[in-house]
Amino acid sequence: MKKKFLFSNYIAILISSICLVSCSKETSEVIDYNGKFKNVSGGSLINAMAGEPSNLIAMIAGDSASSAIAGNIFNSLLKYDENLNYAPDLAESWAISNNQKTISFKLKKGLQWADGKPLTSADVLFTWKLITNPNTRTPYASDYQLVKKASTPDPLTFKVTYENSYAPALDTWTSLHILPKHILKDEDINNTFFSRKPTGSSFYKLDEWISGQQVTLKANDKSVLGVPLIKKLISRIIPDTSSQFLELTADNIDVMNINPIQYQRVFPARKDLQQKIALYKELGNGYTYLGFNLKKPPFNDIRVRQALNYAIDKNEVIKGVLLGLGEPISSPYKPGTRWINPNLSPYPYKPSKALALLEEAGFKKNNDGILMKNGKPLKFEIITNQNKQREMTAVVIQKRLQEIGVEVSIRVIEWASFVNRFIKTGDFDVVVLGWSLSLDPDQYNIWHSSQQGPGQFNFLGYSNKNVDKLLELGRKELNVSKREKIYHKFSKYLLEDSPIIYLYAGYGLSAVHKRVKGIKNPAPPAGIYHNNYDWFVPEPLRRNEISAR
Amino acid sequence: MLIGISLVSFFIMHLAPGDVTSSEASFNPKASEESRQKLRELYNLDKPVIIQYGLWVKRIAQLDFGNSFASHQKPVLWERTDKSGNVTKGLIQESLPITLMINLLGICIIFSISIFLGTLSAVRQNTWVDRSITLFVFIGFAIPGFWLALLLMYWTGVSNQWLPISGLHSLGYQNLSTFHQFIDLLKHLVLPVSISSLSGLAGISLYVRNGMLDILHQDFITTARSKGLKESKIVFIHALKNAVLPLITIVGLSIPGLIGGSVIAESIFAIPGMGKLFYDSVLMRDFPVIMGILTIGSFLTLIGNLLADIGYAWADPRVRKGLVK
Amino acid sequence: MSVFLKNPLALSGLIIILIILILALVAPIIAPYDPNFIDINSILFPPSMNHLMGTDGLGRDVFSRMLYGAQISLLVGFVAVGIATLIGIVLGSLAGFYRGWIDSLIMRFVDIMLSIPTFFLILAVIAFLTPSIWNIMIVIGLTSWMGVTRLVRAEFFSLRQREYVLAAETMGSNHFSIIIKHLLPNSLTPIIVSSVLGIASAVLVESGLSFLGLGVQAPTASWGNILTDGKEYIQFAWWLSLFPGLAILITVLGYNLLGEGLRDILDPKNKN
Repeated sequence: MKKKFLFSNYIAILISSICLVSCSKETSEVIDYNGKFKNVSGGSLINAMAGEPSNLIAMIAGDSASSAIAGNIFNSLLKYDENLNYAPDLAESWAISNNQKTISFKLKKGLQWADGKPLTSADVLFTWKLITNPNTRTPYASDYQLVKKASTPDPLTFKVTYENSYAPALDTWTSLHILPKHILKDEDINNTFFSRKPTGSSFYKLDEWISGQQVTLKANDKSVLGVPLIKKLISRIIPDTSSQFLELTADNIDVMNINPIQYQRVFPARKDLQQKIALYKELGNGYTYLGFNLKKPPFNDIRVRQALNYAIDKNEVIKGVLLGLGEPISSPYKPGTRWINPNLSPYPYKPSKALALLEEAGFKKNNDGILMKNGKPLKFEIITNQNKQREMTAVVIQKRLQEIGVEVSIRVIEWASFVNRFIKTGDFDVVVLGWSLSLDPDQYNIWHSSQQGPGQFNFLGYSNKNVDKLLELGRKELNVSKREKIYHKFSKYLLEDSPIIYLYAGYGLSAVHKRVKGIKNPAPPAGIYHNNYDWFVPEPLRRNEISAR
Repeated sequence: MLIGISLVSFFIMHLAPGDVTSSEASFNPKASEESRQKLRELYNLDKPVIIQYGLWVKRIAQLDFGNSFASHQKPVLWERTDKSGNVTKGLIQESLPITLMINLLGICIIFSISIFLGTLSAVRQNTWVDRSITLFVFIGFAIPGFWLALLLMYWTGVSNQWLPISGLHSLGYQNLSTFHQFIDLLKHLVLPVSISSLSGLAGISLYVRNGMLDILHQDFITTARSKGLKESKIVFIHALKNAVLPLITIVGLSIPGLIGGSVIAESIFAIPGMGKLFYDSVLMRDFPVIMGILTIGSFLTLIGNLLADIGYAWADPRVRKGLVK
Repeated sequence: MSVFLKNPLALSGLIIILIILILALVAPIIAPYDPNFIDINSILFPPSMNHLMGTDGLGRDVFSRMLYGAQISLLVGFVAVGIATLIGIVLGSLAGFYRGWIDSLIMRFVDIMLSIPTFFLILAVIAFLTPSIWNIMIVIGLTSWMGVTRLVRAEFFSLRQREYVLAAETMGSNHFSIIIKHLLPNSLTPIIVSSVLGIASAVLVESGLSFLGLGVQAPTASWGNILTDGKEYIQFAWWLSLFPGLAILITVLGYNLLGEGLRDILDPKNKN
């Protein structure tokens, strides 16, 4: 009796809760998202992040979630405009001295921090001192340590002098977030609460950070570049991408990065989704490659590397893994930029040529069709980290190589083990990885023969004296057309030596709810997000905050 | 025993290649190795494992669980207030209540439903009622959780907008009255709690069923029946009381599980609980957090066992009377 | 045997398991395609006459992958449980037979292992070792022997005092033969039930690990990783979720029914 009674109580509570739930259900109306709307301010934009930011001081934080949020809060001296040219951010102009070793930045007038205090060159100097201070726990100091002398002749001028002319310099000043001296001067930058409650100068300031759940930014009315139209940016932390997609289709988030299958197959099949969500495609910022361990035979033989390059059908990889949403490349740069050597083209798919080269290298097919040399088969392992696209790429490559008689096995490894147990120790055959590139063409850290130490980035073991010289020259040459020539030559050597096989430069794919207007389509070289301060949500299309789920 | 667990866990963790400096950023060509080396020295990661363990024990003895490596000095256990009065909450302090809430709700639901189903099954043994209940709970155990979660999220959240899809609170949560905040929270919890309780139902229902079957065949029940007592009274008062006793042991044994969130459910439902915390800290080699969670876990195990023993002794009148004498 | 057939639980469980076992064994014969055959012109096709269960993200036939996946699921189940049972029998026998300090030591160890949540342990170890099907099986085995140990120990405790055991001891049989000849055979019941149930659990754990990316690795097909591959297009490519999900459900259900059915049959209390 007792238990049954209690149970029926539970049932009653359950039923009444369900009633309450359905009572607060919204009625759905048909909204036309395609009308013309005037840009007005107000509304909110909700996006999803897979990870939580750890620290909003970008120089200390290492994760992408932190830099994404911090990028909305802080400014640098310079930024990139939609065509990837340098544009003013805090600095309205800059001049390079004749000896090419000094840059003078002139700040805009009347700059303010979000708390109303003036932003001057003293803040810039303070930030530079901070990042070059050996006690600051930042991994990004090396570029700024090349500055021999930094000074502030007046509150609107910041001058830096380099030991030697350093071409990537301007690029480095687009990514240093300037921090407020008046708030941080007595703080221990490594432990300060500022990392969770920052004061910046850019379009948004931190409104609320609910740990583990969401970060809310609101418009900064003192913003140095003008007030953004959308008043609130809410980033929800949703670790699983399938959950993110469900939230997008239920109208609970507005922006999401999607994968090729969602872009190419799921959306076209759903008219209802197409009515309220728009898709965008832009050039990505990196490329995916197959890298050889150049210190391990047979990969030290250029014929083997080139042969494998001919044996892989890059178009098949792009079609199969990216559903065509990517481009083949033959220079290690973002497609469309001037650094790409227009005279180079990727190795075509020619298995006969591959076999010919392998034969030259001493590999002959045995009775089972496996390539052998000195009684040993041509066999190796591809390792990659936990990334669906890289995994699929490895599978496609495995199949093609099997066709010409190469035995390939695949291993997917969790990141920390991947880096420490295999990459750093040089204990690997072949990797499928990607580089996410900065916009400056300098690739010294990756390809120079001096960068092969443990923890450094020439982990493939590449060494070419001509390339070394070019890389050193390229760092010092500030003249753009001369630099172009240097890096075109560099790309040519890289393609011939084939230490890596360029697989593809994938597109960045986004799905944005149609209530968000002001997005440039087709996307400019800098991508659709570069002008997110110009986006707006017209009043009739805004979501009703309290009853939104 | 605490020492044993902590020692074992510490060594297992350090067997793993890599440490907190191996994050995604470590492969950024702009990041230098020297800075990573400095970080390693700061966290004592370059010292021999024994020494690191010793340092950790010394701190734990003062109840200082340390700060997380990966989330930039967030305290592992409890909040810390700096000189300007800014409070940084501890990692476990933030995730534990959420996980506890879900687990406690889950336990309540599991036990109440299981007792009901198990009893029903036992009373109607071998009828279709019994068989279908058994089938139902078995299916509940056999369904892969994340599959069901995604299906239900789609059905209840996208096709029909009955329930929220993920997260713990709706937007504009602060603007709601306390009562509506409570209802909002419940709505968000329906799916995660149901899915994580589903697998527990099978075990406990069967246990209750078998326990009840045992008791219902015992002599004192036959005596009660022959005395003419009502069947429902027999079942629900006499039999059930005895069958429920071993459940107390089970509750006690489930206490350590209370702090373990399911990392899969928490990922899918975007709930920042202990499961996700542990998983992330393992992947990021965040040793202070890992050790903190395992220490608390083993501590709770000891307490759980103790409570189970006490609870059983108290509930069983034979033991109680014996003690009093 | 007739008792067995009369128990619907055990019977239905057995039938399910036999069907899956047969399918797994004849996979190479009946699979219409090579499970690793990539066809980029047939990416994500719904079920049709050509592809009974549709194709996946690389154009591979899902039906063939499901058949080979059955092999993997069963293999993982059997080997993992085999390891766990072996360890459990050894430790449980030692603890139950010798008692005293050996028992205390072993039970301490069991307690320590039990207080670390199992899935966490598996997760931590797999994240460190690189996931491969053997590592997964070994790790699941190494983390689920505690239950068997306790069961064997409990059986040994109660059997220890039986006359035939005491008789064997007085006659001077050595400990090893007593354990093997007298105690173990009579403790089989709980071991069998626990093993069957353990297989069910191992299959579920593998699918959970696949969700986290730590399960059986590409390109090998397992039900868990087919399911995980399709989770982002669950509204669109429903066949990638439905078939593996159902397969896991039915298999685990089968083992559970069989296990519980066996428990019912072999448990003397349930003869009514």
